Amino acid sequence: MEKLVNDFSFGLFFWQIIILVVLVILLKKLAWKPILDALNAREQGIQDALESAENARKEMQNLQADNEKLLQEARMERDSMIKEARQIKEKMIAEAKEDAQREGEKMIQQAKATIQTEKNAALADIKNQVATLSIQIAEKVVREELSTNAKQERLVEDMLDDVTLN
Amino acid sequence: MQKENVANFLLACLLMFVSFNSQAFTAKEPQEGGDAKVNTEEEIKEYIDHHLADSHYVNFFSDGETGAHYGFPLPVIIWDDGLKVFSSGRFHHGEDLVEIDGQHYRYYHSKIYKTDAEGTITYNENGFPANERPLDFSITKNVLYMLVVSILMLLVFGGLARQYKNRNIPKGSGRVLEPLVLYVRDEIAKPNIGKNYRKYTGFLLTVFFFIWILNLLGMTPLGVNVTGNIAVTMALALITFFIVQFSGTKDYWKHIFWMPGVPVPMKIILAPIEVLGMFTKPFALMIRLFANMTAGHVIIMTLLGLIVVFQNWIAGPAFFGFTIFISIIELLVAFLQAYIFTLLSALYIGMAVEEHDDHHPADNEDIPVL
Repeated sequence: MEKLVNDFSFGLFFWQIIILVVLVILLKKLAWKPILDALNAREQGIQDALESAENARKEMQNLQADNEKLLQEARMERDSMIKEARQIKEKMIAEAKEDAQREGEKMIQQAKATIQTEKNAALADIKNQVATLSIQIAEKVVREELSTNAKQERLVEDMLDDVTLN
Repeated sequence: MQKENVANFLLACLLMFVSFNSQAFTAKEPQEGGDAKVNTEEEIKEYIDHHLADSHYVNFFSDGETGAHYGFPLPVIIWDDGLKVFSSGRFHHGEDLVEIDGQHYRYYHSKIYKTDAEGTITYNENGFPANERPLDFSITKNVLYMLVVSILMLLVFGGLARQYKNRNIPKGSGRVLEPLVLYVRDEIAKPNIGKNYRKYTGFLLTVFFFIWILNLLGMTPLGVNVTGNIAVTMALALITFFIVQFSGTKDYWKHIFWMPGVPVPMKIILAPIEVLGMFTKPFALMIRLFANMTAGHVIIMTLLGLIVVFQNWIAGPAFFGFTIFISIIELLVAFLQAYIFTLLSALYIGMAVEEHDDHHPADNEDIPVL
């Protein structure tokens, strides 16, 4: 202990205090402050970069989800459109069929009516002709019957007989 | 570029290896130096004492045959009824007296004493010189190395700071320094001090690198023992002490003088203990660093001295190997002591700036005071 006290150098103590205080102040100003600032800035930068990367990833995910949704919607729309088109097609076919049938029936009806009128006309014509023919035949027969006087007299007699009979 | 870096690194490793080894070799040399050959136990002890002490010369080694010293003298600055500045070369390693304004000064065992014209040294009952000593502000070997380390730190870390202006990631030596700076910030300052760590990180970084570099310098053949000097560690501890006291919050002082949450008689008993604690903490810092570094130097020097004492072919290599082994441990201790000093400083500062907003009297009633 005495040796320690004897060896203690106040001068060295004094210089050490001065040197250390000056060194701390100088290093703080010249080295530690810029170094620590740079390190902090770098760490902050890394932190920010990581965060923005994470954000970008999330955004990407969102975009992807949106895309997926859009695609889904488009697909659904397409499906519904196809379905609608099919329905329209079927409806159109059905309508066309119905129309055609109706038209056909109408035409058949018309044809039938025409046939009927034609037939009636033909029948009437035939009747006329038959009547003409019958008259002509009857004329001829009558002419034949009444060609002689005797026959004419007999006819008159017959007729008179009939009248009396009645 | 990459190749050049690898080459630089290998060169640095080689230099480290050489200087580390040469320590063992060159440190042995001065054992035979001095005025005569140093080969008795007393002489070795004296030599070790001399090595541990500060000096007014930078001596690389001495020639035992001729008594010549290879090194250079340093300026002596003493305050003795006025400032007196002269070169320590005038002492001729203690052989000559220096007379200034009619006052004689003698250089004796690395200290400057006032003597009469004959240079008589009187001794007190403890065997120490009783002569009056002038106030010695000399730029001694330790002061010189502290200045060298300071300039080195300013250059190295100033350079690192400049690197960050142009790039985010430093290159070259900065690659090694940056993790160390980060280590001090993240492992020492942040966890111990808390949210205000930034204010004290500069001091902690300075102290850490200052102690570490000086510890490592003590491992080189330059023969310096700065951190193993109690005046140096006292200055370091004192600055920590003042920083702690000046950053103490209201809570800190309350915990010292009027401990909350304990009964009044206990408060009265605790106050002096806490006040004592204020001083024992930096005192422990001072003693720990001083004792560890001094012990390391003493062990290495003693082991080397044993080679000289035994002087045979078995002990020589054995103690030499042992010295290498201890030197490796000392390399670790050099870092460890710097780390511990900084860590404890951070811890004490942390205790002083801590906000005790989680302390509620009701909670504290049950906590036993250990």
